[in-house]
Amino acid sequence: MMRLPWFRHHAPDTLAEAARILAGEGPNAMLIAGGTDLLPNMKRRHQSPSALISLARVEGLKNISNGSGGNGEMRLGAGLTLSDVVHCAAVREKYAGLYQAAAQVATTHLRNMGTLGGNLCLDTRCNYYNQNYEWRKAIDFCMKKDGDICWVATASKRCVAVSSTDTAPALIALGAKVRLFSATGEREVTVADLYNNDGMDYLTRRPDEILTSVLLPAASGWNSSYWKLRRRGAFDFPVLGVAAAVKTASDGTVEEARIALGAVASRPFLVEKAGGLLVGKALTDDAIAEAGALVASRAKPMDNADLDIYWRKGVVSSFVGYALREIRGDDMRVTRLRIARHAL
Amino acid sequence: MSTRKRFDVVGKPRRRVDGRSKVTGLTKFADDVVLPRMLHAKMLRSPHPHARIDAIDVSRAEQHPGVHLVLTGRDFPVSFGIMPVSQDEFPLAPERVRYVGDPVAAVIAKDEQTASEALDLIEVKYTPLQTIATPEEALAHPEARIHEYGEHGNIHRIQAYEFGDVEEALAKSDHVFEDLFFFQGNTHLPIEQHASVAAVDGEGKLTLWSSTQVPHYIHRALARALQVNAAHIRVIACPNGGGFGGKCDLHNHEIVVSRAAMRLGRPVKICLTREEVFYMHRGRHPVLMKFRTGVMNDGKITGMHLQTLLDGGGYGSYGAASTFYTGVLQPVSYELPRFKFDACRTFTNKPPCGPKRGHGTPQPRFGQEVQLDKIAEKLRIDPAELRLNMVAKPNSLTANWLRIGSIGLAECIRRVVDISGWKDKHRKLPEGRGLGLACGAYMSGAGLPIYWNKMPHSGVQLLLDRSGQVTVFCGATEIGQGSDDVLAAIVAEVLGIDAFDVRCVTGDTGLTPIDLGSYSSRVTVMMGNAAIQAAERLREVLAEAAAEHLEVSPERIVLAQGRAFLAEDPGRGISFRETVELAEAKHGTLGSVGSYSPPRAPARYKGGGVGPSPAYSYTACVVEVAVDAATGWITVPRVWIAHDIGRAINPVSVRGQVEGSVYMGLGEALMEEQVFRRLPPKLSGALVHKIPSLLEYKSLTSLDMPEVETVLIEDPDPNCPFGAKEVGQGPLLPVMPAVANAVWDAVGVRIDEVPITPDKVLRALERKAKGENPRVGPESFPAVPYPEPICVAPPWEGGDGNASKEKRKAPARKLEGMAAS
Ligand SMILES: Cc1cc2nc3c(=O)[nH]c(=O)nc-3n(C[C@H](O)[C@H](O)[C@H](O)COP(=O)(O)OP(=O)(O)OC[C@H]3O[C@@H](n4cnc5c(N)ncnc54)[C@H](O)[C@@H]3O)c2cc1C
Ligand code: SF4
Repeated sequence: MMRLPWFRHHAPDTLAEAARILAGEGPNAMLIAGGTDLLPNMKRRHQSPSALISLARVEGLKNISNGSGGNGEMRLGAGLTLSDVVHCAAVREKYAGLYQAAAQVATTHLRNMGTLGGNLCLDTRCNYYNQNYEWRKAIDFCMKKDGDICWVATASKRCVAVSSTDTAPALIALGAKVRLFSATGEREVTVADLYNNDGMDYLTRRPDEILTSVLLPAASGWNSSYWKLRRRGAFDFPVLGVAAAVKTASDGTVEEARIALGAVASRPFLVEKAGGLLVGKALTDDAIAEAGALVASRAKPMDNADLDIYWRKGVVSSFVGYALREIRGDDMRVTRLRIARHAL
Repeated sequence: MSTRKRFDVVGKPRRRVDGRSKVTGLTKFADDVVLPRMLHAKMLRSPHPHARIDAIDVSRAEQHPGVHLVLTGRDFPVSFGIMPVSQDEFPLAPERVRYVGDPVAAVIAKDEQTASEALDLIEVKYTPLQTIATPEEALAHPEARIHEYGEHGNIHRIQAYEFGDVEEALAKSDHVFEDLFFFQGNTHLPIEQHASVAAVDGEGKLTLWSSTQVPHYIHRALARALQVNAAHIRVIACPNGGGFGGKCDLHNHEIVVSRAAMRLGRPVKICLTREEVFYMHRGRHPVLMKFRTGVMNDGKITGMHLQTLLDGGGYGSYGAASTFYTGVLQPVSYELPRFKFDACRTFTNKPPCGPKRGHGTPQPRFGQEVQLDKIAEKLRIDPAELRLNMVAKPNSLTANWLRIGSIGLAECIRRVVDISGWKDKHRKLPEGRGLGLACGAYMSGAGLPIYWNKMPHSGVQLLLDRSGQVTVFCGATEIGQGSDDVLAAIVAEVLGIDAFDVRCVTGDTGLTPIDLGSYSSRVTVMMGNAAIQAAERLREVLAEAAAEHLEVSPERIVLAQGRAFLAEDPGRGISFRETVELAEAKHGTLGSVGSYSPPRAPARYKGGGVGPSPAYSYTACVVEVAVDAATGWITVPRVWIAHDIGRAINPVSVRGQVEGSVYMGLGEALMEEQVFRRLPPKLSGALVHKIPSLLEYKSLTSLDMPEVETVLIEDPDPNCPFGAKEVGQGPLLPVMPAVANAVWDAVGVRIDEVPITPDKVLRALERKAKGENPRVGPESFPAVPYPEPICVAPPWEGGDGNASKEKRKAPARKLEGMAAS
């Protein structure tokens, strides 16, 4: 089997200690939560950190606070496993898009290990890169690791590896924020601002920062949905993620809306103007089609993931339609079963 | 079977005799073998698709702490290959590498980690050679030649056969259908990655534990590769965690650990990574096909001209046989008066292709069954009726001189038509939903072994003693298919005991009589017949002893349910154990042997040895699909499948094999592909496997599996043990074309290649919307220099099974009367 490189291992109990070790170890150290992304990557020598700082024992990272501030917000600890998130009744009820995204990550086993924080900090993916050391040697490596050129876009100055997190687009659509903690302080940024559109330098998080929690705004009046394109009903990373959240008045008029895309760039992103397009209208078929066309124009899939890229781009508007129709209240169960292969 | 008709074990759904240890994780696979002082091996593999090795410097690796031995091509002067005609591989490449992943050196160290580290210290100087990436390139570029042997240039095998004048038949037909199909390559994907452990004992004798389907072939080939007396080598095939054909070759690593263990006097283990398994490959050949088929207005076929072009990869493997199999079984399902078959296998700089479940036959079967669907459509005949009208006759000969015995194909078709509601649904479901039907046929064991000999194909030995224990020895290999269960069941049935009371010792060349291995769906038939013979011999001895004791004649004795008793007075009898004691007292130590050789095939022409089988199994399948017109997204909600099993020894296992075939078939139909990536040639010469990982090489998950309704058609075949034919491979065959035909029924587009992916469906739908040919598939067939055919007259045209000297002119005889045999 493929073996891990050698590393030192720390298992602090408190956040402060974890932050202190992280700062002390410098940029060669990495955090490890569930390890479901990091360990396979280390086996392939994508990362060879000199030290790993485990978050498994750190207190407080598994907290859920549900509207304790009285403002309807919800805070989810970064150390919650995706299964914890999936099984949290309040999440299912109020933030369907997040539930649907988390429930479609990988497989049951991986969701039992993988965390929300790890999912947000997931390495970007590319099928020239997610290969073991010997394979990459056979192509003389690439810019993201050990090489100089980007094989996907040979003229490109930057790596175009794909952001493949499922929960991030869902959280962006929901208007969520994350809290980052370091030895020197704490700050909050929107999930959208956590990312750069760069396959190598994909996070705005500083190396000494720990993502501690996700803050979800009050959900009243909002409905959300997440649709994921992947080949099979389990395992596969998204090759397209469409997340939508819509706030409607009692008469069905859209008051506020956000549509975010995942897996079609090096970052998950909010599609500008797409929400605005819907505001003031009912979610009619026409309005949905219009939004679908706009969103599709922003998707830039690359030929470094599963399935044909032109086809992937071509189906974006259909997926936007699925999400918005589900939010409108259409019965999407048959379609969901066809696409996700299980009920959500 | 003397006095008894009723079966106690055979035909009863049972838990497999090895089921509990498998589901509780107690089965010991090769990777579970751990020996004292064991060392670990890793292999350095070529990063180039095609290159000359100029120099290898292993000195730094040898000095790395914990390294015991470094081997290179120099340590292995003898080439090997699983087929006598293709001795073209080296355990470690001495001077030439032929695909990315071709092994060039091996490190044996105290642990895997150390061995891996040392690999990086080996320096290999290569001179890259021109890369041949596709069969088209292989045909166009005889240089750089990948191998010095073969037909010429980069053509490994090229051949042509003609059974009756096909051009004449086509000329006289009402219609001639010409179609191109492409079947993409795919791999076996066993969950168990290959592993091997080699050890020498105090006397210097070698034992190899390995994930192999064919311990006997490995034994022979290993002795040759190591130049060691075969009597000093013992090969133990551990239970395989799936094989599907991927563990039928002698593999480089098996020879490497054997040599290393002999050098070091310590056990050496290797476990391949998943990526390395993709490099070992030996999987489904990508095949481009051209069909020209003559048809009368009633749908009957007059003749078929099939041309195939195989992408063989870097080595021969079983390719010589695979090449034949892309055509020879075409005539066994439907009446085919005349048949012409041209085939060509090319070398390319990719991992070698070989046998995968269905070995060479799923590709032309796909083409044939999709073409039949097109014919039915054009002639406005129901596809099921079309096939029913021309099902081959039982006890007949085919145009290419294969002998068909029993054939349950018509019954299979009727049953799937019935249970699927075909008549109410086909061409009648709303747009976007459809049903497709297809059939398949497969051998129950190849008629000839891979090396020429006159000895039995399977041997079984039985040991009984006064404790009442029964041990059965056979070289057959348990690869998950349930061969141990079949063996125990057959012995138990004949001796009248419980299958769980039979101990199976299998797949061990040091202890078990030879069985050729778990390939070509041969085990149930060949091992089963040998087991019946061995068990019957002992049964006779036991019945005699019991008869003497009960003072009756032996013919009146029944052995059943753990007793020997009188047929007409079951109360009068003794226990099985007492019977054995009596027999042992009378005859001394009890034992028996049985063996089996397949019947001689009627074909006399050169090449006629590929295709004959003691029996053919048949399958019919209906697949339902739902296709989304906006995206091309395909879902398969249901599959109905009927398989002509002859008789199910254990119906649970048989259904498991059928469902497993549907699973694999849907994977091949919808997503699996062993594809390669060539980097921009100006910047790089790389040609790499695109997705050598279990995550990115897509095969179905349990969530993607449809409901499967299985029907077993039981019409016992006289050549088979209790009438049982094969089930391991045949049921796979109809699945892929049935999916393609269902897509046509759902949305009216033809995808003439696999995998059938949503982007192809959408592209075809767009063509349809524009009024163009609603089809995606290969557009052209290259000029292949097929030779003049070897002409063999079909049986009904006065042939005797030999090739004729000259090309036969149109025969005077009529084309009727094909059922002659
Ligand atoms: C076969 C397979 C399929 C998968 N499919 C999917 C999929 O469909 N969708 C998907 O989104 N993911 C998928 N994943 C990836 C992964 O399992 C999940 O994203 C998971 O949520 C990662 O969480 P983790 O806790 O295991 O992260 P880890 O592996 O522990 O960490 C991942 C990265 O995040 C960093 N990190 C972890 N926690 C923190 C923190 N609190 N603060 C700062 N940095 C942190 C680590 O340093 C590391 O760089 C798949 C993985 C596998 C192996
Ligand atoms: S996008 Fe380019 S640079 Fe980035 S990982 Fe892929 S090949 Fe490498």
